Amino acid sequence: MNAPAEIRLDQTDRAIILATQGGLPLAVEPYHAVARSLGLSAEEVMARLARMKSLGVIRRIAAVPNHYALGYPANGMSVWDVADDRIAALGPQVGALAFVSHCYRRPRVPPRWRYNLFAMVHGRTRDEVGAHVGEIAALLGDAARAHEVLYSRRILKKTGLRLRAE
Amino acid sequence: MDELDRAVVNRLQHGVEVAARPFAPVAAALDVEEDALLARIARLLADGALTRFGPMYDATAMGGAFTLAAMSVPAADFDRVAALVNAHPEVAHNYEREHALNMWFVVACERPEAVARVIADIERETGLAVLDLPKLDEYFLDLRIAV
Repeated sequence: MNAPAEIRLDQTDRAIILATQGGLPLAVEPYHAVARSLGLSAEEVMARLARMKSLGVIRRIAAVPNHYALGYPANGMSVWDVADDRIAALGPQVGALAFVSHCYRRPRVPPRWRYNLFAMVHGRTRDEVGAHVGEIAALLGDAARAHEVLYSRRILKKTGLRLRAE
Repeated sequence: MDELDRAVVNRLQHGVEVAARPFAPVAAALDVEEDALLARIARLLADGALTRFGPMYDATAMGGAFTLAAMSVPAADFDRVAALVNAHPEVAHNYEREHALNMWFVVACERPEAVARVIADIERETGLAVLDLPKLDEYFLDLRIAV
C-alpha cells in the first residue's frame, strides 16, 4: 500500500496544504473561503484538492474525533511477534477490527525488539482494551508467538503533522 | 452530547466531498440547516470532542517520511529528555508509555534522509539509543468510533 513514488506537488498545492492542514474554514462554501485567502479561484482550489484526494495525498476531508473527549479514554499500543510468512494475510484482518485505529508492520530489531505488528487499540476502560487485545490474540492464533500492550501514561507532545512554510 | 452531536461526529468521520457546498448533503441527511450544522461543528471543536475538521493529509504521499521511535529513559532524567526530544519540530507526537521502552515518538520529515539526521541528533543530545521502527506496511482501515 505504498504511495506512488513520484507525486508532484507545486507551490500552489503547497500553499493550499499550508492553508488547510490546520482545518477547513467553517463556512457554507469553505473552499471559496480558502481560495479568497490565497488569491485563487474556488474552481482551482477544488480541482487541486480533488486531484490530491485522487492521488492519496488527502485521505479524506473529515472530522478527527478526540477519543478521550468522546468517552474512549483508554488506549493501548499492542505489539505482536507474528510469523513473517503470515503477517501479510493477518495484518489486514487486525486492521479491520473496529477498535483498532492504526495497524502497521514494523521491523524487528533483535535483540532489543521482537515485535513486527503494531495495533493501536481503543476502549472505554483499560479492561475493555484488554478484552480487545484478547480478541486480536484469538484472531492471530498460533501465528503470534508473543505480544505486549504498552499503555500510554501521558501525552508529552501532540502537534499533528505539519508542513512547514519555506 | 445530544443526538445531533452524536450524528455529526459519526457522519463527519466519513468525510465530505470537494464541492462548492460540501456541508449541504450532510445537513440534508441530518435534517438541519447548513448554518446549524456549521455551528454544531464549531462547538464540537471548541469543546474538544473533535480535534480538527479538514483535509487529512498523508505526509508519506506528499513525499515525506515518518518513523516511530522509542527510547528507554531513566525516570530521574525523563523530563529533561522529553524536553530535548520535543524541541525538535519534526517530533509530531510523543507519548510516555508503561514499558522499559518508556518514550515513544513519531518523527515526521518532508525528506526521507532527514529522519535519520533527527534520530542521530536526538541520540547525541540525550546520550540514549533510539530504536527506529519505520512503517513497512500499513493495514489501513481508519477507525470510525461510534458515539
